[in-house]
Amino acid sequence: MNKKISQNVNLQKKAAQIRRDIVDIVYRTSAGHIGGSLSETDILVALYYEVMKIDPKNPHWSERDRFILSKGHAIDAYYCVLADRGFFDKERLQTYSQFGSDFIGHPNRAIPGIEMNTGALGHGLSIGVGMAIAGKMDNKDYRVFVLMGDGELAEGSVWEAAMAAANYKLDNLVAIIDRNRLQITGKTEDVMALTPLEDKWKSFGWNVSVVDGHDIPSICNALSKENKIDGVPSLIIAETIKGKGISFMENNASWHHGVMNADQYKMACEELDKMLEVLS
Amino acid sequence: MNKIHNRQVVCETLIEIAKSDKDIVVLCSDSRGSASMKPFAEKYPERLIEIGIAEQNIVGVAAGLAHSGKKPFVASPACFLTTRSAEQIKVDVSYSNTNVKLLGISSGISYGALGMSHHSLQDIALLRAIPNIMIVVPADRFEAENMTRVLSEYKGPAYMRLGRNPVEDVYSSCDYGFELGRAVTLKEGDSLSILTFGETVKTALDAAELMEKEGIKCRVINMHTIKPIDEECIIKAAKETGAIMTIEEHSILSGFGAAVAEVVVQNCPVPMKIMGIPDEPAIPGKSKEVFAHYGISAENLCKEAEKLINIKKNGW
Ligand SMILES: Cc1ncc(C[n+]2csc(CCOP(=O)(O)OP(=O)(O)O)c2C)c(N)n1
Ligand SMILES: [Mg+2]
Repeated sequence: MNKKISQNVNLQKKAAQIRRDIVDIVYRTSAGHIGGSLSETDILVALYYEVMKIDPKNPHWSERDRFILSKGHAIDAYYCVLADRGFFDKERLQTYSQFGSDFIGHPNRAIPGIEMNTGALGHGLSIGVGMAIAGKMDNKDYRVFVLMGDGELAEGSVWEAAMAAANYKLDNLVAIIDRNRLQITGKTEDVMALTPLEDKWKSFGWNVSVVDGHDIPSICNALSKENKIDGVPSLIIAETIKGKGISFMENNASWHHGVMNADQYKMACEELDKMLEVLS
Repeated sequence: MNKIHNRQVVCETLIEIAKSDKDIVVLCSDSRGSASMKPFAEKYPERLIEIGIAEQNIVGVAAGLAHSGKKPFVASPACFLTTRSAEQIKVDVSYSNTNVKLLGISSGISYGALGMSHHSLQDIALLRAIPNIMIVVPADRFEAENMTRVLSEYKGPAYMRLGRNPVEDVYSSCDYGFELGRAVTLKEGDSLSILTFGETVKTALDAAELMEKEGIKCRVINMHTIKPIDEECIIKAAKETGAIMTIEEHSILSGFGAAVAEVVVQNCPVPMKIMGIPDEPAIPGKSKEVFAHYGISAENLCKEAEKLINIKKNGW
């Protein structure tokens, strides 16, 4: 039990450290999508440090669990997690968003650890369905994780994939929704209402759980294999806060791809450093 | 000189037209910010239809609105609006001949380091092969205003391609005789012709100025309407200048250069050079860096012009 608690603190600390890294790379390039990166950070930490079966030294390992960042714009958190997990040297992130860099503003397969090129929303779940079907055909026990934004769910292709996943009984497929309730224009419920989201997915034949998307143990729990129902794909609705961890960004749509000035950068760093101190 | 965003001018002009034309509606796909359509949304909240992140849906909905007498302008990133919704454009807009105006924002490579998913370097190739859809690209704010006015009157499908970057003025006012389908000769010359559209019109003018110092008289033509293309103007340029260079912020395959070449080879074959983005995912970077990488700078265009003139004089 004690071991478990200290591990949770470690993961929390890890998430705070990743947020600190995000702030650095986003500030340095004056680019990126900070709001959605901060909202998904705890989900990525749960996946990459606890849940997923991966080997950073062998990114093409055939038995690995697959992950697709369908909300590809939130690349900042993804790069920082992959770097910290050792998929590539963190130094390489210095070129992020620069002319000719492989580290562009969306996932691409030139980067070790990234499975698919994304950036156009609403593609990830279909790709995940394909990977999950292939896993079944090949009798492999890897799982496929797809992280989507909530605004992204307006794309019809998401629902085409949702139908296919249930049809093919893909219990090796886990979709996660970063339910931060914001998109670029404002609230998802004002732009294109999603409620009742849980019921929609249930009616599409999915095993749905709702978790606090910033509570890493709960996320890990929901993502664990024990939560699986035979023959049914799983969906985790992770209730999150866009801009999580930096108070002036939280729940504020303008931080979708807002760029920090020097004062804001300083405030953001101070807040995260304080958080890191508390956790130490 | 102040640089202006064409999309901002489109919005301002639409606001003005919408005052007297109650049928004008604007559709957005979580894109009103990047499309500069927020002022329209504030002025006419009931006439801005938000569809969310659903580009196929937005084009279908626009077709339905048009069928019912509305005049929809769909403002959505060019990359998603064209390739994602290709079938809706083909069937619901062009084939069904609905009065839909598509505004493809942040076109070409203007999303820079966001990568190929966000570049629209295939939209001209794609739409050019679909019958019954006009393709237009403004070079500056005056042309953007003219185009918006004329398109709001024109009954039928059209695609206006709008870059993300603010651009310098090419014209000094709206009064230069803008006409859909009729190219504008910005600079006379007989050594060669550069044909281009959009952001690179300015680059072509800068190049022509450099050439002038070397004694090369370069004709510069703004082909603001890519479809239907101004055949007469192209043939005239081929006959009178004997060499043609095209520049496009688009793949060099099946795009604007190809459209010009189709006219040239069938009417008056002359040496041609097609400048644009080669058949690869465009290198990520700021527009200026990317253009320079692919040789679309005033200096390099001069070199290319010299090569072309040499071929014109001495053959291949
Ligand atoms: C097909 C497509 N349409 C539009 C966009 C532009 N875009 C990028 S992010 C975004 C908003 C995404 O909102 P959401 O899915 O809620 O993501 P999050 O809040 O997690 O950042 C939009 C419209 C895109 N990348 N892909
Ligand atoms: Mg969201």
